[in-house]
Amino acid sequence: MLTFDKVAVAMDQGALNADFSVQAGRRVAVLGPSGAGKSTLLDAVAGFRRIDSGALSWAGTEITQRAPEQRPVSILFQDGNLFPHLSVARNLGLALRPDGGRADARKVEDALERVGLGGYGARMPGTLSGGQQGRAALARVLLMARPVILLDEPFAALGPALKAEMLALVSEVADRLGALVMMVTHDPRDAQRFADDVVLVAEGVAQAPVACDLFFADPPKAFRAYLG
Amino acid sequence: MARRSFAIIAGLALAACTLGPILAVLVRAGGFGQISAADWQAVRFTLVQAALSAGFSVACGWPVARALARRRFPGRGLLVTLMGAPFILPVIVAVMGLIAVFGQNGLVNAGLGALGLPKLDIYGLHGVVLAHVFFNLPLATRMMLQAELAIPSERFRLAASLGLTPRAYFRLIEWPLILRIAPGAFAVIFVICLTSFAVALTLGGGPRATTVELAIFQAMRFEFDLGRAAMLSLIQLALALSAGLVALKLSRWDGFGLGRGRAVARWDGRGRLGRSIDGLAVMLAAAFLLVPLGAVIWKGLPGLALLGSDTARAALHSLMVALGSTALCLAWALPLATRRGELWALSAIALSPLVLGAGLFLLLRPWVNPLDWALPVTGLVNALMALPFALRILRPEAEAVTRDFGRLRATLRLTSWAWFRLVWLPRLRRPLGFAGGLTAALAMGDLGVIALFADPDRVTLPLQVYRLMGAYRMEAAAGAALLLLMCSLALFWLFDRGGRVGADV
Amino acid sequence: MKAPTLAAGLFLATQASAQTLTVYAPDYFTSEWGPGPRIEELFEAQCACELEFKPGDLLPRLMLEGDRTEADVVIGLNTDVTKKARESGLFAPHGVDLSGLTLPIEWTDDVFLPFNYGHTAFVYDTTRLDAPASFDALLNAPDDLRLVIQDPRSSISGLALVLWVQSVYGDKAQEAWEKLAPKIVTVTKGWSESYGLFTDGEADMVLSYTTSPAYHIIAEDDETKKAAIFPEGHYFMVELAAKVASTDEPELAQQFMDFILSHDFQSMIATGNWSIPAALDKSEWPEGFQKLDLPDTVLFYSEDEAAALRDQAIEAWRAGLSQ
Repeated sequence: MLTFDKVAVAMDQGALNADFSVQAGRRVAVLGPSGAGKSTLLDAVAGFRRIDSGALSWAGTEITQRAPEQRPVSILFQDGNLFPHLSVARNLGLALRPDGGRADARKVEDALERVGLGGYGARMPGTLSGGQQGRAALARVLLMARPVILLDEPFAALGPALKAEMLALVSEVADRLGALVMMVTHDPRDAQRFADDVVLVAEGVAQAPVACDLFFADPPKAFRAYLG
Repeated sequence: MARRSFAIIAGLALAACTLGPILAVLVRAGGFGQISAADWQAVRFTLVQAALSAGFSVACGWPVARALARRRFPGRGLLVTLMGAPFILPVIVAVMGLIAVFGQNGLVNAGLGALGLPKLDIYGLHGVVLAHVFFNLPLATRMMLQAELAIPSERFRLAASLGLTPRAYFRLIEWPLILRIAPGAFAVIFVICLTSFAVALTLGGGPRATTVELAIFQAMRFEFDLGRAAMLSLIQLALALSAGLVALKLSRWDGFGLGRGRAVARWDGRGRLGRSIDGLAVMLAAAFLLVPLGAVIWKGLPGLALLGSDTARAALHSLMVALGSTALCLAWALPLATRRGELWALSAIALSPLVLGAGLFLLLRPWVNPLDWALPVTGLVNALMALPFALRILRPEAEAVTRDFGRLRATLRLTSWAWFRLVWLPRLRRPLGFAGGLTAALAMGDLGVIALFADPDRVTLPLQVYRLMGAYRMEAAAGAALLLLMCSLALFWLFDRGGRVGADV
Repeated sequence: MKAPTLAAGLFLATQASAQTLTVYAPDYFTSEWGPGPRIEELFEAQCACELEFKPGDLLPRLMLEGDRTEADVVIGLNTDVTKKARESGLFAPHGVDLSGLTLPIEWTDDVFLPFNYGHTAFVYDTTRLDAPASFDALLNAPDDLRLVIQDPRSSISGLALVLWVQSVYGDKAQEAWEKLAPKIVTVTKGWSESYGLFTDGEADMVLSYTTSPAYHIIAEDDETKKAAIFPEGHYFMVELAAKVASTDEPELAQQFMDFILSHDFQSMIATGNWSIPAALDKSEWPEGFQKLDLPDTVLFYSEDEAAALRDQAIEAWRAGLSQ
């Protein structure tokens, strides 16, 4: 269980507050207007932003002060998820061997096959399409096998069909790992298609998760304003 | 943590190599010496000429860098390499080349004479500035070209699709880049020009063109007033550090986004005006930099045949020194590629080679015979002198790598060594190649501290040039100078090329 | 000598081996065209020892090393530093009989031993210029005469020039410099740069030595380079050797000092160092040297006089050229 205990994170304007818990293994969509602090929330979990007050804990252990590399988290960014000068296999290998050593090629190839990129290991990221790059990055998440997966709109640039495909893949990966997924999105359909719960971020507050169907059946006022 | 301790070690080594020698000289002298009114006059002249030289170098370097960044033409790569040559020329050779073009009997005056126009006199403050621009324009151009190439292509596409006017384009894209690069470039060139001595004197035309370095030379060599020499070199150091601080303060180091490093298609400056400005900038710069080089080559060719085996040996020594200096300098620069590191390193070029030499001599002497250490010490000093240039080139890109991939590194839990080996080094290949080439070429052409450490069996090529001149063998000296030019250029080209090949991924 | 560090004081052992004579010399000495290799060859033939040159900045290095220097002998000093050098107490009397000297001035120094000499002079190309007949004529020559000189603060010949002007013009030295100023193309750091400018045709005349034309006559068979000889006189420039007091090879060092005025050394030094031998009759000079135009009047300040006048002479130069 990921617990935000009266967490406050400074933002350019004001602060973002969160005080709730999310169950392990859930799929959570983080929704809200631009600039409300969706990415800030994820960054706070990943350790890229300092938590000013309150406590963040995972499975009963506080991780508020931990460095990013010491958190049980893998994260996919909007871009720059792969080192452009390393082959796909090499990129994936880093998940298994963070010291840069030779990773088990079979495991890497397995992961690639699982995301439909069998045989792509030798390719350079620059030669892949956007969707393929996303898949490769997901394959790496699979190999990293961390209990929390954070997605900071990594598929925003993909077409609807491709995006749906990627979201299905994320679900598959998450199920396989039993991982909690928190995904930032600005598209309510993504949330409906993918998420168990919705966390609404608006007006300086990340609200406690609400089951997805309940959320859309009776959207909060702030969210209705966002939809327009 | 490991990176941090490397940075601390590198920083301490830097401090020991810059402040240590001055302290040693001060201890030996028993305190500071007296500074005369003439010395203050020298300080003033030094500041004026350095500021003018740096200003003109940066102002002229910008249009050239922009033209080279957005134009593709045959021979462009060769031109970029060749245009770097003046920076790595030994002073005496470069001055001869300049005089062959701008001197009394030079090409320019021959042209003016043919047109019936009055002759141009190169000697004076303008001559000093001209020579310094000749030396440093290539550096300014390369630093700004490097920055231009780091602009992400998205920005150009965006500008193109918005149909920005040239004015808006300048304000939105170029001006922020200038603000980012120019102060640093200005500071580096300013500091280089602070320690100028032979150029300032020869082209300055007389005692009005007295620099601080000349006063140090006088104090060291003629009066043996170590206290005054140390005092003057501290003044020089203080000037350099102030310049560095101001530059750091002025420059904006905000993020400039993820550059893909590949050659970028651009849509700006396609109008007739833009094209002619670019063409003119490239042609003028090429003529200004290459014609004096051509004169050096022309004068040196007959002398090549006169060179003996000891000149070849001297060339070999210089090559060894150059390669050693390069390895040391790059190893030193990587952990220091931060703001503070760069500022400290700036003091290295402002250090008078004479005082540095004397200090190292004093420091080494209790332990070893300094003469046996002539080449290692020369290598060390050359690495130290090149460090600020290496950092100027490396730091922005090192920061970009950290900015672009630092979070990925953290989430992947990469070890320091893996990060260094798999990300840091490969991503920095291009600037490392450039910095390495520059260091190697500089070390090749430097006379440095060798005077105190000279060893008959380990003469370097620049020293050989002076020896030949001192023995009236001007023609052979011109040949040796040409050899030096070729070696420096070859080293520069090899490193720079090595950094660029296959780096466009 | 104050020891810079405690550790330095502990390091007293000298490194020269028993059979080696260590000679400090200016850098140009040891190049293959300098006199160094010939000196080494000749001396080793008679001493059954090893002569090792250590080239570089002479006096600065000695002063830095103090009495822990490994030098036994120093060769190539100039009169501008003899006072400092003498005061340092680093040198011992040379003990050589000076009666064989053939210098144009009297020399009685018991520490610094001359081995060759020359005079400051303006060298010109006879195909380009009719030389002024006197220093006065030079000062009053048209301003399009182009002259390069060296800086007295960084070069020995430059310093000799200001002393030359001082001895010819005395209190009027600054006026003399003011008259000369328009003709001075530029001032260089050292002799090499000036001479390079001259051979490149950038200047008509260069401050050099009366002996410079000998190189062109002997090595290039070119008699068009000449030194302009002025009746006012020319400043005397001599190169000196001295024995280091703390030498651990006193006999060898003495043998070397004696060797300096020997016929072997003296008959080689003219073409070895392009200077006039200090102890050799003119009839024995190489032919090219016999052809040289030499001044009748030779000007020279003792080191005490020079030390007293130096700042004043440099100031006159600076003031005169800064107008």
